[in-house]
Amino acid sequence: MTTLRLKNIVKRYKTNTVLDNLSLDVADGETLVLFGPSGAGKTVLLRLVAGVIDPDEGQILIGGEDVADIDAEHRGIGMAFQNFALFPHMSAFDNIASPLTATSATKDAISAGVHKVAKLLKIDHVLSHHPKALSNGQKQRTALARALAGSPPLLLLDDPLRNVDAKLRFEMRLELPRLLAAQGATVVYVTQDYKEAMALGDRIAVMSQGRIRQIGTPEDIYNTPADIEIARLFGDPTINLLDVTPKAGPEGVHVELSNVKVALPGMPSGVVGKTCVIGLRPETIAFTDASAPGAIPVTVEAETPLNEKTVTLVLTARGREILVSRPAGTPGPVSGPAHIAVNGTAAFLFDKDSGGLIRSAATPMTRNGEAA
Amino acid sequence: METTSTLEKTLRLIALTLVVIFFMFPIFWIFLMSFQTNETILAIPPSVIFTPTLSNYAALITGKLTTAAGTLDIAFMRNLGNSIFLSVTSVALALVLGVPAAYAFARHKFKGSEDIAFTLLSFRFAPPLLVLLPLTQYFQWLGLSDTYFGLIWVYQLICLPLILWIVRGYFEDISADVEYAYRIAGHSWFATFRKIALPLAGPGIAAAGLLAFIFAWNNFVFALVLASADKQPVTVGALAFVTSSGIQYGQIASAIVLSVTPTLALALYAQRYLVEGLSLGAVKG
Repeated sequence: MTTLRLKNIVKRYKTNTVLDNLSLDVADGETLVLFGPSGAGKTVLLRLVAGVIDPDEGQILIGGEDVADIDAEHRGIGMAFQNFALFPHMSAFDNIASPLTATSATKDAISAGVHKVAKLLKIDHVLSHHPKALSNGQKQRTALARALAGSPPLLLLDDPLRNVDAKLRFEMRLELPRLLAAQGATVVYVTQDYKEAMALGDRIAVMSQGRIRQIGTPEDIYNTPADIEIARLFGDPTINLLDVTPKAGPEGVHVELSNVKVALPGMPSGVVGKTCVIGLRPETIAFTDASAPGAIPVTVEAETPLNEKTVTLVLTARGREILVSRPAGTPGPVSGPAHIAVNGTAAFLFDKDSGGLIRSAATPMTRNGEAA
Repeated sequence: METTSTLEKTLRLIALTLVVIFFMFPIFWIFLMSFQTNETILAIPPSVIFTPTLSNYAALITGKLTTAAGTLDIAFMRNLGNSIFLSVTSVALALVLGVPAAYAFARHKFKGSEDIAFTLLSFRFAPPLLVLLPLTQYFQWLGLSDTYFGLIWVYQLICLPLILWIVRGYFEDISADVEYAYRIAGHSWFATFRKIALPLAGPGIAAAGLLAFIFAWNNFVFALVLASADKQPVTVGALAFVTSSGIQYGQIASAIVLSVTPTLALALYAQRYLVEGLSLGAVKG
């Protein structure tokens, strides 16, 4: 185990600034997920830490030591690549053994080490195969085994599940936390999949355009997204975002959706009259009777199952699209007119101009990304 | 599968046969000529029916050429040996120098790297005759004319750019991630070059080496001007068959057959390495 600290890292390619004065701390034994869209600079960041490219400015400290003058092979890092990057001319065994052959380990020790990690990843039966004879899932496990084989104190995983099919990804998402915990290493994990980020990260750093936009626990990010963009990225189906102008009333601040008042309890009166965006998680919206207080009339457009949920697309009277999510198997309207109820306490409010969060939802969430 | 009519098949067969005959006939004819005497070769009309003779080969191997004007000494076997020595040594040297250089050009973009690489390639643009005269004078001044060392040096003009540019492309095709992975696993850059880059570029290096060998083998003009009889390769040595008492077609034909054989054998041997795919499933797909 070790710590990782990045201080004011800048990396430019010609005039394009890929990492813009980025600082980051990863604690001993922590799993930090770097989450962000492609082009955010996640992979470049990992390569800087690994030492295969150099930063233009800033410092990288591994275990408190500045590694500027330490070559990649001496940094004590294990890394898995998004495209696997297996050595095509070597068997799976030799691939996995590569971090061990670099040490003075004996042949028996190398063999034992390879078999141990291969067994852990359930690929011990294909060790003699060359990469071209491996299935995608086996390649991915081989790549992961190679990263783990040397028991590196710092593990860099660059979207290792990106190129495997959905079923494998799901399996590995369940398996990885256990594997990483057993390894005891400090982990930096890159992904574009928010569920992976939620499932694996002790903390998540949301990156975009070479900067870290928000860093916090999965719960923090989900419940207090720093801006509209992050709220949009975390959540499936995505959060409903509607332009609103909060108004003041006798019961406090409220907004109007299809001329129906939705109270926003606890909202500061400063937002009244400002152009805002209200964020409503699909799971906080429910179908209701027309007679219920606060029922908003809508038209059901389409319905689609999404894993354990049923997602319904409805249109408001003004034609705005809203996604409503409910547990699969529960009854709900399939088409035609219906009514929804919006929970004002679970609503986010963002500033329309800056995109920044004005007030977060009061609804907590569970570890797997579902609203409790 | 689309179906092809019998007519189409027949036409295709005829077309293929014509092409094969067009390209292969001269070689086939030379092969036949090498077993004939000058009289049967020059007979009109020419005939494919003749009594084969090994006298041409015997003359080449013993080095005694019997002509109407008497017996001549020819150094064909020595020429053949020179060709093999010069080509093998030149290609070996070009590989030792060119492969690491190609790797450097492929992996490290340093200031002026493109310019240097282009300059090296430009050696192939100029016709050899253009540089031959100044080169001869330099070589005489340096004492390099009529030495194997000098010839091998000049042959680098032929081999080095070829190897550099072909192998560079193969190195560039190797995913940088594969090399990074080996570095990060704890191996030095040199071990990475040796254990990852070299084996993966292997087929490319073999192809470039083979091409360079053929170009070196076929070179005529450098060796003609810069070397004397005892260091000349077969390409120049073949001139000896143009004698005062006529042209020895039979011997020329057998000399051609003998001098083509090593390159042909090498190409056939290397073929299976050349077709071996480069991307062996390293990445997704």
